[in-house]
Amino acid sequence: MTPLGLFLPGTSPLHRAPAGLKLLGLVAAGVVSVLLDEPWQVLVALGVVTVLYGVAGISLRVAVAQVRPLLWIALGTAVFHVLVNGPARAFVVVGVLAVLVLLAALVTLSTRTTDLVDAIVAVCRPLRRVGVDPDRVGLLLALGIRCVPVVVGLAQEVRDAQRARGLGASPRAFVVPLIVRSLRHADALGEALVARGAEDPVPDEG
Amino acid sequence: MPLIEVEGVGHVYGAGAAARTVLADVTVTLSEQRVGVIGANGSGKSTFARLLNGLVLPTSGRVRVDGLDTRSQGRGVRRLVGFCFTDPDAQIVMPTVAEDVAFGLRRRGVPKDEVAARVASVLAAYGLDGHADHPAHLLSGGQKQLLALASVMVTEPAVLVMDEPTTLLDLRNAARIAEVVAGLPEQVLLVTHHLDLLDDFDRVLVFDEGRLVCDDAPGAAVAHYRSLMAATP
Repeated sequence: MTPLGLFLPGTSPLHRAPAGLKLLGLVAAGVVSVLLDEPWQVLVALGVVTVLYGVAGISLRVAVAQVRPLLWIALGTAVFHVLVNGPARAFVVVGVLAVLVLLAALVTLSTRTTDLVDAIVAVCRPLRRVGVDPDRVGLLLALGIRCVPVVVGLAQEVRDAQRARGLGASPRAFVVPLIVRSLRHADALGEALVARGAEDPVPDEG
Repeated sequence: MPLIEVEGVGHVYGAGAAARTVLADVTVTLSEQRVGVIGANGSGKSTFARLLNGLVLPTSGRVRVDGLDTRSQGRGVRRLVGFCFTDPDAQIVMPTVAEDVAFGLRRRGVPKDEVAARVASVLAAYGLDGHADHPAHLLSGGQKQLLALASVMVTEPAVLVMDEPTTLLDLRNAARIAEVVAGLPEQVLLVTHHLDLLDDFDRVLVFDEGRLVCDDAPGAAVAHYRSLMAATP
């Protein structure tokens, strides 16, 4: 199974680049993306992203897995824009979406979570003056990444239980137990965080 | 070994009409290296375990570990007492194996170089050194429990409390966990339904309906527990 957006170890220049620089690049890409207006520009951007995945040594299969969850959103967006603005605009909008998701995934695939957390904590440090705890923000990010495969696993278990009881594809029979299990997991995770010292203030380094 | 003192402890979940007493008037002093805790489901043994590192605070009475009160010195107690849960998935908080082991050390402000060295050493000791950068959720059940144990032990607690760590494991993995635990020099309090794990323990506590009903050597305590279970319809 290809881990969605989880670190893939490697020694490429992208893996070695500082996490802060990669996040900055991602923000810059987001800003530049609003300037993309022509299909050829989007094609160039997709080409650049493909090259970057190649540089990072990450396979096309893994890259495709990163955008697969977007399929239905992309399809709906494309249909809307084809009907309202024409096929060229639809290609630009969906293409930009894919480029940004692929770039974001590339950052997480080529960066250890702890490095990402450290970069986010450093960026958030000035916010301490207005009452934001940067370490909590970092912990939140790490837990968010960690919880993706957990919730996917819970959803699979609920789906299996549904099938075993012959319930078919009932949305309510799927969503309610998934929410209950997720809340139970969150409760247990909270207890584990306390047991592992997450409530301790992290001493500043240096 | 640190001294664990439980004095007249009771614990009630909920309030008013929904109040449920899960522990009543438990008094015990533990200084042995290996202490087992057994009892039926709902007997209060997991609550007892959680009291020892302040995850649960007593409704009445008090708990002290090495002189530290769990109510007023919870953080200090949790640095002394490591806790291993039944379900390792709920205990693993970071996406990859090495990052999860490093979590507790990073929270304590241990320098990066020392974190890396201690993580590498613990992963090797627990047979996880080949999995350092692997996503934690892709490990087997036994490996996840070893990871949970490694993540606790890397912080070098004086006491390790384990709440049914082998319940979700097959025989081979349960034996592996038992082997690792047997080799630990730290004080260990093990809550379990696997009675054979307690053969070499120094002392075993039996809980029934929230009360400590037997405190004896493993043979006598297990026999008491079996007779209790046989007598319960």
